[in-house]
Amino acid sequence: MNTVTLTVKKQPELYLECENANPDAFAGKKAADIAKLGAYQGKEISTLGDFFTITGEAGATAADTKIIVNGDCTKMKYLGAKMTAGEMIVNSACDMYTGSWMKGGKLTVNGDVHSFCGLAMAGGEFTINGNAGNYLGAAYRGDWRGMSGGVLRVKGNAGSDVASFMIGGTLIVEGDVDIHLGTHMEGGTIILKGNANRRVGGQLVKGEIYVFGKINVMMPGYKPVGEKEMEVDGTKAMFTDFIGDLGERHPKRKGEVVWGHIYMKN
Amino acid sequence: MSEYIIKNGHVFDATQGIKGDKKDICVKDGKIVDKVGSSAKVIDAKDKTVMAGALEVHAHVAGPKVNAGRWYRPEDKHFDSHKKPGITRIEGGKSIPTVFKTGYEYARLGFTFAMEAAMPPLYARHVHEEIHDTPIIDEAALPVFGNNWFVMEYIKNNEIENTAAYIAWILRQTKGYGIKCVNPGGTEAWAWGLNCLTIHDQVPYFEITPAEIITGLIKANEYLGLPHSFHIHQNDLGNPGNYKTTIDSLKLAEGIKATNNFGREQVMHSTHLQFHAYKGTNWGDFESGAKEVMDYVNKQKNLTIDTGNVTLDETTTMTADGPFEHHLHGLNHLKWFNVDVELETAAGIVPFIYDPNNAVFASQWAVGLEIALYAKDPMRCFITTDHPNAGPFTRYPRVYSWLMSKKVRDERLNTFKKADKVIAATNLANIDREITLYELSQMTRAGPAKCLGLSKDYGGLKPGMNADIAIYNINPDKFPSSGAEIEKAFANVAYLFKDGKICVEGGKVVDMGKKNTFWVDAKVPENKQVMHDIREKFLRYYSVNEANYPVPESYAPHQHIISVDATTKA
Ligand SMILES: [Zn+2]
Repeated sequence: MNTVTLTVKKQPELYLECENANPDAFAGKKAADIAKLGAYQGKEISTLGDFFTITGEAGATAADTKIIVNGDCTKMKYLGAKMTAGEMIVNSACDMYTGSWMKGGKLTVNGDVHSFCGLAMAGGEFTINGNAGNYLGAAYRGDWRGMSGGVLRVKGNAGSDVASFMIGGTLIVEGDVDIHLGTHMEGGTIILKGNANRRVGGQLVKGEIYVFGKINVMMPGYKPVGEKEMEVDGTKAMFTDFIGDLGERHPKRKGEVVWGHIYMKN
Repeated sequence: MSEYIIKNGHVFDATQGIKGDKKDICVKDGKIVDKVGSSAKVIDAKDKTVMAGALEVHAHVAGPKVNAGRWYRPEDKHFDSHKKPGITRIEGGKSIPTVFKTGYEYARLGFTFAMEAAMPPLYARHVHEEIHDTPIIDEAALPVFGNNWFVMEYIKNNEIENTAAYIAWILRQTKGYGIKCVNPGGTEAWAWGLNCLTIHDQVPYFEITPAEIITGLIKANEYLGLPHSFHIHQNDLGNPGNYKTTIDSLKLAEGIKATNNFGREQVMHSTHLQFHAYKGTNWGDFESGAKEVMDYVNKQKNLTIDTGNVTLDETTTMTADGPFEHHLHGLNHLKWFNVDVELETAAGIVPFIYDPNNAVFASQWAVGLEIALYAKDPMRCFITTDHPNAGPFTRYPRVYSWLMSKKVRDERLNTFKKADKVIAATNLANIDREITLYELSQMTRAGPAKCLGLSKDYGGLKPGMNADIAIYNINPDKFPSSGAEIEKAFANVAYLFKDGKICVEGGKVVDMGKKNTFWVDAKVPENKQVMHDIREKFLRYYSVNEANYPVPESYAPHQHIISVDATTKA
């Protein structure tokens, strides 16, 4: 696997949209060609080379390419977005849309990320060794297709509207979240190790939410239906199973009524 | 203004019967002329195809429902929002592009005119604001009349003169171009929770049928002598078995002759026929009805149609057919937008994904192509995607590739996941016809220009006509064989002249041209009855004042008014 290293050499005045900073866009390119890849700053068209010192050389394919990003990336958006393979490590906090629409490969951020990260993620592994903002692993504004695959893990806390419209995959928050966790969820698994503020699982139709801590105020539609011992993310414990008042008889599911579940650790 | 001579190109022009011969085209003062001076700039069109600017007969590109689509679908522009180098602004949106992108993209495809197909009269100002902001291309808009209270009341009493006087008044208030009719009676019936699925279903309260509305509006159109004909989106759109209702409503035009001074021959334009040509009783036994519908259209000379080709994309459906959008939302469960426009019309919007793996959508794709391939007279059949309903207009190059190459369309047909089912339900596999460049020039230039009553200035390259010229990187002697090459060649013109100015060069927009808004001023005898009715409706029902209703001059600063005079009819 070949490694390309990007080091921030200039801060953008606004924000830099690094849609081309991912193993797929780099594949088969040398440092000089990578430097020529486009990056928008507002409506101004610039290149990655204008803002990063680039060393190394990418592999022939995305899978053979590893990218290391150093320097302050708090104004860099879309790092690792849409990546399908390979590896990317960002040694900084970063801005919105990091790892969004990711389909495969491994993305690690050693710092906090802003909102809309891991948006509509479909595959791969995305680890945030810090806190995340709002709309983590959610659907894009207006869209109805949220996270559908892969594993997204946040070591710290996350904001509001995490995993809204989730349809698949696994999202783990090791710290706390604010309001609206898993709204409109239709599949997949959310594991919350810490506490949630309120409104967990609104419009939840299918999928599972595991909560290790407390939910400040449980949505009034939910009721406990039993207890189960389960192993969740390496921890074996007793959980109380709650279902909501929203079951859906979906024509595609041949009349079967499906329910979402919230499992609260006892 | 500069003079140009376009040399050595292969010219395709149905107005002069030129089928690819090499001919020099001269341009002076915004018009095509016989000859130019020796200082004229030379454009080398060797091994290229030269046609008039194309005309769009039916697209939803400006106004409140388009804009509602933009704001309720931010996800539509997320991946398609970029600033290209040069004088253009940011271009956003895929199925519902911004006004800027709309103008640039039409120009890059070789278009110089587009018809906004559904203007709600009450929101005409918004339509004109967006038209005004759409660069390069000329535009006009058709106000909708098929569910209008005045129209239904007058036609019920067989008052064609009053219907015409009211239409003339609306055209002037809204700066409208002609008569559009969407799901006649059905949209109004929906306010009672009903619909009109045949042309004989009664509209509640108004006690009138779609058949009566259609006949009345055709008569009013010919009474006024408008440049364009009555333009209809028929009842029962999108449902298996609807081809019968379609033919029933087409038959209403039998025996009516076009009366106008614009060279228009049809009295009914039937739009996005693909959506109206289905046999079967449900989506399980669905079959193409394109042959049946086109057999009728082919022998009935006073009809024109457009195709409404499904492009197999994720898109946004939007129509004044409110009940249909509600039905669609019930099918795909995606977000639904709905609005009622008081006294006049309604609209609905639902995102839609024409997934090629789905047998129904793939069959709709086939039906759309069949419509064009069964058309015997390319001067009466025009290519559209009912943008954005069956797909975005930016996919025209792909539609052309399917129509012009049997190989390309068969490749697509045979690789559908449910190819067997699609081949069994449609006739496409048995059709060998390939649309020629000359026929394409008829279907996209001369034909639509004649249908819209614009054939004096548009759709051809005769001296005296507008110097609207599209030059493509296509050598007719070596016509590209792959779908990708055909698409590429049509997607970006080598040159686009608009009114004698080069607006696109090498696919790049270099000039914003001078866009015109067309509308029709129809003079009718003084009609106290209609003016009284209008006043009364504003006093009793409208939530706006009559004085605030018209579109002020400032909303259409570059207007081109076509006058018709029906005062002698009384
Ligand atoms: Zn339409």
